Amino acid sequence: MKTLNIIRQSGLYIFLLALVLFTGSIWIGNYQISQEVMETYVAEKGIQSELFLESVNATVVGKEFTSSWSLHHALDQAVSAANSTHKANGEWGKVIWSKSSEMAFVLGKRGAGGSVFDNKGMWLFLTFGLGILGGLMFILPGIWLLGPAGIKNNNVFFNPATNRGWIGWIAMIWLVLFYCILYFMPHLAMSWTFIVEPVKDVFAPGGASQWFLYGLLYCTVMLVMGIRMIIKYRHSKYHIVRTFSVLFFQIVFAFLLVELLPLFQLPAVDFKNAWPLDYDFLFDWNVLDLLRNEAYGKFGLFVFVWGIFFSLILVPVFVYFFGKRWYCSWVCGCGGLAETLGDPYRQLSDKSVKAWKFERYIVHGVLLFAILMTVWVGYHSYNVLHDAEPNDSQAVLLGISAHDVRSWYSLLIGSIFSGVIGTGFYPTFGNRVWCRFGCPLAAYMGIVQRFKSRFRITTNGGQCISCGNCSTYCEQGIDVRWYAQRGQNIVRASCVGCGVCSSVCPRGVLKLENGPEEGRINDNPILIGNGEAIIRDTIG
Amino acid sequence: MLLVCYTLWYSKYTFGLSSTLRLELDLQTRISNFMQRIVIIGNGISGVTAARHLRKLGKDPITIISEETPHFFSRTALMYVYMGHMKFEHTKPYEDSFWVKNRIDLVQDRVEEIDYEKKSLTMKSGGQLSYDVLVLALGSKPNKFGWPGQDLKGVQGLYSFQDLELLEANTHKPFATGASKKVHRAVIVGGGLIGVELAEMLLTRGIEVTFLVRENRFWGNVLPLEEGEMVRRHLIQHHVDLQLETELKEILSDENGRAKAVVTSKGETIECQVVGLTAGVSPNIEFLKETALETQRGIMVNEYLETNHPDVYAIGDCVQFSTPPPGRRAIEQVWYTGRMMGEVVAQNISGKKQKYAPGFWFNSAKFFDIEYQTYGNVAANPVEGEMNFYWEEKGGMIGVRLVFAADNHKLIGINTFGIRMRHELIDRWLREGQTVEYVLQHLRNANFDPEFYRTFEAEIVKEFNSAMNANVVLAKKSWKQILNLTK
Ligand SMILES: Cc1cc2nc3c(=O)[nH]c(=O)nc-3n(C[C@H](O)[C@H](O)[C@H](O)COP(=O)(O)OP(=O)(O)OC[C@H]3O[C@@H](n4cnc5c(N)ncnc54)[C@H](O)[C@@H]3O)c2cc1C
Ligand code: SF4
Ligand code: SF4
Repeated sequence: MKTLNIIRQSGLYIFLLALVLFTGSIWIGNYQISQEVMETYVAEKGIQSELFLESVNATVVGKEFTSSWSLHHALDQAVSAANSTHKANGEWGKVIWSKSSEMAFVLGKRGAGGSVFDNKGMWLFLTFGLGILGGLMFILPGIWLLGPAGIKNNNVFFNPATNRGWIGWIAMIWLVLFYCILYFMPHLAMSWTFIVEPVKDVFAPGGASQWFLYGLLYCTVMLVMGIRMIIKYRHSKYHIVRTFSVLFFQIVFAFLLVELLPLFQLPAVDFKNAWPLDYDFLFDWNVLDLLRNEAYGKFGLFVFVWGIFFSLILVPVFVYFFGKRWYCSWVCGCGGLAETLGDPYRQLSDKSVKAWKFERYIVHGVLLFAILMTVWVGYHSYNVLHDAEPNDSQAVLLGISAHDVRSWYSLLIGSIFSGVIGTGFYPTFGNRVWCRFGCPLAAYMGIVQRFKSRFRITTNGGQCISCGNCSTYCEQGIDVRWYAQRGQNIVRASCVGCGVCSSVCPRGVLKLENGPEEGRINDNPILIGNGEAIIRDTIG
Repeated sequence: MLLVCYTLWYSKYTFGLSSTLRLELDLQTRISNFMQRIVIIGNGISGVTAARHLRKLGKDPITIISEETPHFFSRTALMYVYMGHMKFEHTKPYEDSFWVKNRIDLVQDRVEEIDYEKKSLTMKSGGQLSYDVLVLALGSKPNKFGWPGQDLKGVQGLYSFQDLELLEANTHKPFATGASKKVHRAVIVGGGLIGVELAEMLLTRGIEVTFLVRENRFWGNVLPLEEGEMVRRHLIQHHVDLQLETELKEILSDENGRAKAVVTSKGETIECQVVGLTAGVSPNIEFLKETALETQRGIMVNEYLETNHPDVYAIGDCVQFSTPPPGRRAIEQVWYTGRMMGEVVAQNISGKKQKYAPGFWFNSAKFFDIEYQTYGNVAANPVEGEMNFYWEEKGGMIGVRLVFAADNHKLIGINTFGIRMRHELIDRWLREGQTVEYVLQHLRNANFDPEFYRTFEAEIVKEFNSAMNANVVLAKKSWKQILNLTK
């Protein structure tokens, strides 16, 4: 016991050390952009602005920058000075549309030096390596320390890491900043991408993007926290099986295949990603790539048809048979992260009726937005495919440009909602913030699940004692008890079928099951025991 | 909020208006709407269920007076608050706004006297309240058997919200180590459900637990030998020092009047800082004893939940039936009986007179990690004319007992440990009078465990066949059942 506790403690410190090193690596590195690098870049991007060239030649090229932000600052100044002149003069052809952060990322990576750049392998070990090691040292002793298999929620609401206490808030701030860097300030992530390059080299040498970093980190975190999940719920085969399932789909479909397919000159697709979660499916570049890229042969067409068939036919049919859980808790990457990294936070979701109302407006609002956005980009892609000559009016429908619609969607939903808020808010507002309030696919499947499905959570007669464990631990903020204590089955659009309510129920009241539609929704159940009395409980 | 409600209500019906005016107002409302003012004492499951159903059935003004907490909470979840699984907020089955929305007035006070002639209540605060219909839903209180030292500091039961607060005060904070850890050992007296819950609670604070149980097995007046034995093994697995056939003799005090040790019937002195008294509960009717209301151990009611006074009903834990419903006991202190009585009393008050008919007994509990369910009657000790079949899984954490009539093999009751069963189906089997063979044959359909769990029906049937020299064949699942196309 003592030794195990020491191992656990040390694991925590090692993990924190890895986290500090990972975060600190942002401050490490120097950058020098040669004339040649700059010229290649300008040519690649087709930058026409001589003002910009003049200014970067004076302030950037050949200079030594000691941080990614000073490099970014210099580039940003050059871009905005040039752009404001060009815009004032109406020289639209010369305006630079590339974001300065993206520019700093690309240029910086080509002219980087410093400890991280020079010792990628060592840094990989110090961050990912120590992080995994520390994490496992913290998690594995649980096999013995947690005691006999069973529900392990002791002290959850006394621990500042899991009761929305100070550790939770710090974790939230860290995650939010991480996502902000990832989406909006990639130049800050340069060191991180160097760290993962030894892994990237296994697939294809030539530098890692921030998305490769994110993918690898995602899989690593899911794997380590998946092990935690399995140890914690080792009494329940349901949880063990579905944890293996999400890990499999994330690692094989969302990561490995996406990395491997391009090696065979095939498009990097995640086959399990369904529209409208996969919101860029009908974007012109994707459609053109799949349908016009000769290198893919018939494969591109297959991917295109699969995407449509999967999203419009398979998804609802599977929801009909199994409920949306087959996707949300078994296959989906977002769900996978929520069920592994997010498991310690499931009790923080808001259960109030107010939150439920808010949820219905916002999640269906996002679905509507996604559908409209798809109509616009679909119209655009159709035109692009059918018109020989590209022209500006192709994107405009009812006076609104598809480009605008899709960039708003990508920014607001694709980045801010799903990433910054959706995952960033785990430690304070629960692990399914995105899935509950933001995911358009969840909204779409939810409608099917509510009105035409064989899935329900059956309430076991009159056994409920209204204790509230189920509602407390429902990550989707469903007040499960409300139904259970009235003997009513739970049929809710938002239920992702995680099965935790059933596990934490101390009286064995809840069972997730698929069955005949008849009797699935029992609005006015007669609670067993008062059988002779016709008492209908429908108040409230 | 509460205060405002209370004052408004109060001023309207009591001293705010002159008594004649008050009467007149009263009369007017009643004549115009046939309204009756319903007052419920006790906001536990029984009182609250009654109020909810009354509200559904009519528009009468409803007031719940309760002393313990402003709002209804789930008593059964007290343990989870102490263990940090939930916050107290989570134990409230209804949001606070629910009561306002449904026009159920809540008053936090203690009723000290009831005048059945004038139909009025006197409260601890001095206020008075009149009623047309009164429902007593007073609950229980922990038993104390006059042990020397039972009122020392550090000695307590576990029933109310205040008991939970007291336990927090009597023990140290979560995660305490070293000097801040003020309780090292606790002794729990009385081996029932609340005792085992208390043991689980204290262990989460790193407190060692000694558990004194009078019988030769855990919960010996309810559980048969094998089940009691299973729980004993599991308690030991959780490091509970379970002492069977041991009673409390005396609790010793330190110089500050705080418990410092207990002396057991075996002559042992066990040092401890906390003593938990969990030897059952009894109806909480102290202030009604020796009044015009007929009471014995509980408030006497008939099958309509009526007391000896017209317009006064009693429900829940505090009730004793003069003629218990068939197959049931006169006093049943469990959650769902309180709920059912609340449902029935609401019908009766609303003029839809019906009998309290609880049907077959059922219950459930959890002993640390082992879930327990029971349906029908399973006696703790063998009964003439009944037969028993008990199966236990090799690991010793899963078991099923079937009790059936010796002559016609009709199912009488079933105990399950570590397996969940479908209440609806077993209740139906009991009602239909199915034989144990029939039940075993279709046992698969009763399984309520989560998907992918190991199933044991084949093993159970096999053992039954060899033990009873029978040849039950487990019904195969049809392909439709396998595909969940039908139940
Ligand atoms: C720790 C614990 C665990 C339990 N677990 C289970 C379980 O798992 N399953 C199960 O079936 N049962 C369980 N029970 C029993 C179950 O909780 C009770 O049967 C049920 O709560 C009784 O409900 P009730 O409405 O009759 O009374 P109570 O819930 O006791 O409510 C009575 C209320 O009336 C108030 N009151 C009493 N007198 C007055 C007065 N004079 N003036 C004003 N207010 C007054 C009291 O303060 C109290 O709030 C458990 C009990 C405890 C203590
Ligand atoms: S209702 Fe139960 S299964 Fe559904 S999301 Fe909530 S906890 Fe998970
Ligand atoms: S956890 Fe189980 S017993 Fe508790 S409220 Fe939920 S369904 Fe009822």
